[in-house]
Amino acid sequence: MKRQAEGDECRHENSMKRAFPIFAVLTAVLLSYALYEALVAAPTEQTMGNVQRIFYYHVPSAWTAFLLFFINFVCSIQYLVRRDKVADSIANWVAIVLGVAACAAAVVIRPLPSGVEPSSVATTGLAITGLYFLVKRYFSGSRTDALALVTAEVGVVFCTVVLVTGPLWARPVWGIWWTWDVRLTSTLVLWLIYISYLMLRRFSASGQTPVLAAALAIFGALDVPLVYFSIWIFRTQHPQPVIGGGGSIDPRMLHVLLINWLAFLCFAALICWSRYRLEVLQREVEEIHAMKGLQDPRSSG
Amino acid sequence: MSKPPGAVAGVIQATLAKDLRLEWRSKDAINSMLFFSLLVVVVFSFSFDPNAEESRQIAGGLVWVAFLFAAVVALGQTWARELRNQVLDAYRVSPAPANSLFLAKALGNFIFVAILELLMTPLFIMFYKLRALGPAWQLIPIAALGTWAIVVNGTFFAAMSLRTRSREIMLPLLLFPVCIPALLAMVNATTAILTGELSAKFWIVLLTTYDVVFTIACLLLFELVLHAE
Amino acid sequence: MHSSPIITVRALVKQFGRFAALRGVTAEFAAGGLYAILGDNGAGKTTLLRALAGLVQPTRGSILILGTTNLRAVCHELGYMAHPSLLYDEMSGMENLSYFARLYGITEDRSCAAAMTAVDLDPGLTRPVVQYSQGMRQRLSLARALLNDPEILLLDEPFSNVDAPSAAAMVSLLAQMRAAGKTIFVVTHQASLLERTADEFVWMDAGQITSRTASWGRCEST
Repeated sequence: MKRQAEGDECRHENSMKRAFPIFAVLTAVLLSYALYEALVAAPTEQTMGNVQRIFYYHVPSAWTAFLLFFINFVCSIQYLVRRDKVADSIANWVAIVLGVAACAAAVVIRPLPSGVEPSSVATTGLAITGLYFLVKRYFSGSRTDALALVTAEVGVVFCTVVLVTGPLWARPVWGIWWTWDVRLTSTLVLWLIYISYLMLRRFSASGQTPVLAAALAIFGALDVPLVYFSIWIFRTQHPQPVIGGGGSIDPRMLHVLLINWLAFLCFAALICWSRYRLEVLQREVEEIHAMKGLQDPRSSG
Repeated sequence: MSKPPGAVAGVIQATLAKDLRLEWRSKDAINSMLFFSLLVVVVFSFSFDPNAEESRQIAGGLVWVAFLFAAVVALGQTWARELRNQVLDAYRVSPAPANSLFLAKALGNFIFVAILELLMTPLFIMFYKLRALGPAWQLIPIAALGTWAIVVNGTFFAAMSLRTRSREIMLPLLLFPVCIPALLAMVNATTAILTGELSAKFWIVLLTTYDVVFTIACLLLFELVLHAE
Repeated sequence: MHSSPIITVRALVKQFGRFAALRGVTAEFAAGGLYAILGDNGAGKTTLLRALAGLVQPTRGSILILGTTNLRAVCHELGYMAHPSLLYDEMSGMENLSYFARLYGITEDRSCAAAMTAVDLDPGLTRPVVQYSQGMRQRLSLARALLNDPEILLLDEPFSNVDAPSAAAMVSLLAQMRAAGKTIFVVTHQASLLERTADEFVWMDAGQITSRTASWGRCEST
């Protein structure tokens, strides 16, 4: 029986190994196509000119970063509740209720606040529930923590892209390097929180790292909406959100935006995948060392 | 195994009383903190010329940044006594709930930081010739809520940083990003009162929300942090 | 020593990264006994004691104390004394004890005074603990462990740096507690002190229990 399970694992590993290069090639193709679309094929914007094309990097990076940080948040919650059955089932129910409530809100609440489409509300809700249970199913135990680390690292990278492309875009168009508007500032705070998250992981003793980091991620998640609202009242200078209504966007531009988002998602998935494999392998090596230390005390320490 | 609420309050009160008594006796931290606060006010006053017109506009920000720095130095001392002889082990072994320890420490820090603020405020008023053009009584809830915001998260992150290398730098590293919305609210509320131009009501609501959310989060998660070995 | 064991340890493993402090400890300890835990440095004695106290989460294996694996539920029946004093240097003996007593829900000072007298310290001492001699500090630390009148005492090196007469007094106190029905675990390097008092000597080496003897004489040397 054990032989067969091992055989299944081996076959699974092999198929994953073969899938990786195929996926990498597909991603490269998609990224090239998206690059072409963004820089060449997309129509030039009326007022801003070619500088506006940076938008196709700024916005998808932001969405990718938020998605990755959200996955980190889900992993952190799951890591903390996994030992306590009551807390675990409460978390499950909250995830389900969120999805259902979002769908209900999309149908029932009319009219929705400006710039918000019912379809995006429903999709977001379902995505939250779906992601929660996907992570639970495929990344359990110590793998939850590995996934949390990976998504934090890659998320910080994409967040950095957002914070760099923002000023690069703002300077030629609006003449200023930085503006304390809602979304840019919330992104900055999110970036700061996750940098401190990575520093905490680096500086804490190895046994406690997952718990402390998970607690910090939850604090971060509670903080970001508060940041958003505090600045929302304070100032807004970012252009109107283009997806989900509000400012109008040319459908051809929308198409390019979505292509780029898909390309960025694939790229993020690729990096996360290889980083995750690396992390899992490192942990396995540590476990082997630990097993050796267990059997022969004189070989370690 | 739950303790009756009377006992929980007893633990909080006993811990708080002990901390205050020890602080009063040694007066190490108090003396150095008082002097540090004075220095901060003086340095700020040199850096931002108090006679300029704009000072009144930025005084809200200056005052709260000064308070934040003083608070961070004070918060770093929160667990110093407990670390010395591994007293935290004695606490962990006892049936006393982790939250009682947290609340007692947070309240102690609150009192301590409030004293520092009470001492720094007249100095700032003096150096910057501050006068509140709006409803000055609102400054009291703003100060209370703002101080609690810094202190509750600061006590929690101070406990977290106990488990790390570079303990002293980890506390501000963890605290500052999370504190940003509270800081924004405190500064804007204070400026609104000082200049009398806008209403501080929304900021007070935001501060209250922040305090409630993070106090609950700290109470729920402190046990995990205390017992992480 | 009768009926079911008060503490049962099964296949207890504790790893700190690559270092395995406990490599599969299995043992049963009956109630009402005084157990001396002996061994060289790094044998895992302190880790075992801390695991029993609930301060260290096992990597694998289980610990059953008073019939439950939830150590938080029975913590009021445990008394723990460690190598650091676990006391506030700036407070006097009585102040320390009355604070720690509050953590156990004990509000009268009588039990604190009684605990101090039991370890031969004067409850009226107002000196802060930092001015105590090492022996006095150890005794006060033991008093703190006794505050809640626990059924199980876990003592880590109670006799270290203590002069001979004080150590002998502590041993006779432990014998009294054992006679009163308590179960006592003493980790020590000075096994000779417990020669006549201990019920069992538990030898540990490299994270495992190597032998349990009723008398101190050891045939093999390390």
